[in-house]
Amino acid sequence: MSEFVFFINNVIVSGLVAGSIYALGAVGVTLIFGILRFAHFAHGDMMTLGAFITLVLSWVLAGMGVSSGLPLAYFVVPLAVAITIVAALGLDRLFYAPLRAKGAKPVTLLIASIGVTMMLQGLIRLLFGTGTYSLFDTVPKVIHRIPVEGSTRDITFTQPQAIGVIVTIIAVVALHLFLKRSRNGKAMRAVADNPDLAQVSGINIRKIVRLTWIIGAGLACLAGTFLALDVTVKPDLAFNILLPIFAAAIVGGVGQVYGAIVAGYLIGFAEVLAVFNWGVLLRPFRDSLPEWVPAQLAIVPTEYKVTVAFVILVVTLLLRPTGIFRGASST
Amino acid sequence: MIRRALLLYLGLFALIVAVGFAMGAPFTVRLLVEAAAYALIALGLNIQWGFGGLFNFGIMGFMMIGGFAAVFMAMPVSAPFWDSDGPWMLGKALLAAGAGALVILGANRLHRIGFPKPLQRTLQVIAWIAAYIFFRTQIDPAIAVIESREIGWVGGLGLPVWLGWVLGGLLAAGVAWLIGKACLGLRSDYLAIATIGIAEIIFALLKNMDWLTRGTLTVSPVPWPVPLPQQYQAWGSTIDESFIYARAGYLLLVLAILGAVFFLIQRAYGSPWGRMMRAIRDNHIAADAMGKDVRARQLQLFVLGSALMGIGGSILISFAQIYDPSSYSTVNHTFIIWVMVIVGGAGNNLGALLGAFLIYIVWILSEPVSQWLFTTISGWTEAIGWGAIPDITSRSVQMRVFVLGLVIVLALRFAPRGLIPEIGAGRRPQDQPKQESPDEAVQ
Repeated sequence: MSEFVFFINNVIVSGLVAGSIYALGAVGVTLIFGILRFAHFAHGDMMTLGAFITLVLSWVLAGMGVSSGLPLAYFVVPLAVAITIVAALGLDRLFYAPLRAKGAKPVTLLIASIGVTMMLQGLIRLLFGTGTYSLFDTVPKVIHRIPVEGSTRDITFTQPQAIGVIVTIIAVVALHLFLKRSRNGKAMRAVADNPDLAQVSGINIRKIVRLTWIIGAGLACLAGTFLALDVTVKPDLAFNILLPIFAAAIVGGVGQVYGAIVAGYLIGFAEVLAVFNWGVLLRPFRDSLPEWVPAQLAIVPTEYKVTVAFVILVVTLLLRPTGIFRGASST
Repeated sequence: MIRRALLLYLGLFALIVAVGFAMGAPFTVRLLVEAAAYALIALGLNIQWGFGGLFNFGIMGFMMIGGFAAVFMAMPVSAPFWDSDGPWMLGKALLAAGAGALVILGANRLHRIGFPKPLQRTLQVIAWIAAYIFFRTQIDPAIAVIESREIGWVGGLGLPVWLGWVLGGLLAAGVAWLIGKACLGLRSDYLAIATIGIAEIIFALLKNMDWLTRGTLTVSPVPWPVPLPQQYQAWGSTIDESFIYARAGYLLLVLAILGAVFFLIQRAYGSPWGRMMRAIRDNHIAADAMGKDVRARQLQLFVLGSALMGIGGSILISFAQIYDPSSYSTVNHTFIIWVMVIVGGAGNNLGALLGAFLIYIVWILSEPVSQWLFTTISGWTEAIGWGAIPDITSRSVQMRVFVLGLVIVLALRFAPRGLIPEIGAGRRPQDQPKQESPDEAVQ
């Protein structure tokens, strides 16, 4: 039984956490990809930016003398989301909108997003250095334990992990309702499907572009803060998970929000399953197994976790270039 | 156009001279050596992006492969490794990899002998899994033996380091061939993501394969193909002079390589081959209709450009004398090259060359300049009682990333075709107003 609990802790909990973060990021990437038609490489740094804004706001709150049993970061997230959205709209106005107005091709916008990535990274490091910060300076991270009968181990997860997964689910449901029910949501899907047709039917493209940035940046801030609460706040926080996020957006089908969510969880779980040591589950039967079965039975060593998302991406591109949910084609 | 290029190069020369007076000769010569190596890599990207319109975001990976090749070729032979079971076990692992590759290739061709498609798919998957497990059973014990305390890593071959540069080019070309075979059919932004992923994987591999590269333990000193400063000191130069002479020797060698490469690709650019490449870049459907083998030609460009990246990477590593896989980063090794080519002028070799030197100087000088700036501002803030800026030195290093980002977005907005634009190409497709056609998404 202990082994099974170990499996839950290392696969189910970790997979849910990683999957939620990937899904939140991938929704933004896929929307920008689908509506603005370029791969937004600065999305990872937008997530990092969101995490740092949360950090600064929680410092401000602490500076004002507010204290609570909960980490202050929880209370400032809505404001941080708002600031990240303003920042994203500002970046669009400064750097992407002029290029779009000139009719630049998507590749030019892609290269511009590289420039934005570098500026954001440089700016964050300029202001905060290269060190790591914690959102749990004043209060310890609460760890929930659920005892399991017949097991020496408990099912454990932290409070931010639980809240993060719940917030992700709420955000996804809200996004679903927005896209399905509201007029703007339907307009967004229409633009993603066929921009020309959408424009001639009288949809205001500029408004849709603004909405795309609002949703993308808001979710990016949530994802960044979630990641920062789960680990620490550092300048290369989310740049390192850019690949799984892009993989999720493509595997899910570019422009397909539901695809991005499903693929985000798919990649999150695939990563933890790939580096999970299956030997642990065999331990109870150790005595009856032949000698040659090794104790370490992970599919990929932990150091090579980065390969998992990539392999899924390549296999998808080869077998089903439009992604699981039939987005734009990749060839 | 020629006058413009001439003026810009004169300006660059003046800038280098000014840097020489401000920062001293040893510093400037070092800067020039590194800039020349980066210029080689920028020419490689110019072949891929400028000639062919191929999106390569995996430059870091090719540079790492080049660096590894220099280390592997030039480091002294490790006797404990060759005396142990290691070589034999590694050989077995290699054979296992070869056998696995054969099985997979065989499975890929099963439909030729009448296997139905679904069955073939299943067998293909089984072949991959079986090959992977078989390879792991061979390589895992080999790694365990080599990484033991007595052996550590495989060591080098003890050959001259310039052979390592050649090997770097060849290895990078081989890897590029494999990547190109799989990915070149993708649309440009997908190709960018695929190559950035491959670079990340190469990074993870070289950083964690302690038995091959010593990983985070780093390898040093990687030898030079020309006499080292210590050599000149032994011949009686002062320390300052010895650095200038030794680095100047290295610079001459790198400039000779750069000059030869530049001459060759400049000739290639103007040749029918170069015209065909640009035709493919500008409209691959038309080129295909004219009977050009688009995929094969693109693969050629991808391999050629990547080989230059490998050579540049190995030149940089043997100059720095230390190979530390974890010191590579996407910003410092991939994005910077892109800035060089875009700012200099994609599709124009002179432009890429100018961009490489200019951006590298901006990149390096951003640090002392912003340090000076911060110190000055810090003086003011102290004077009005706000206190000094903390950690000026570490912050100044980060300034250059920001500066580079700013440079590229400004360039895209105000000079999208670069400082020295491509000659005679008229309007490049990426400058043209986007024609939203229904088949755009399908392309």
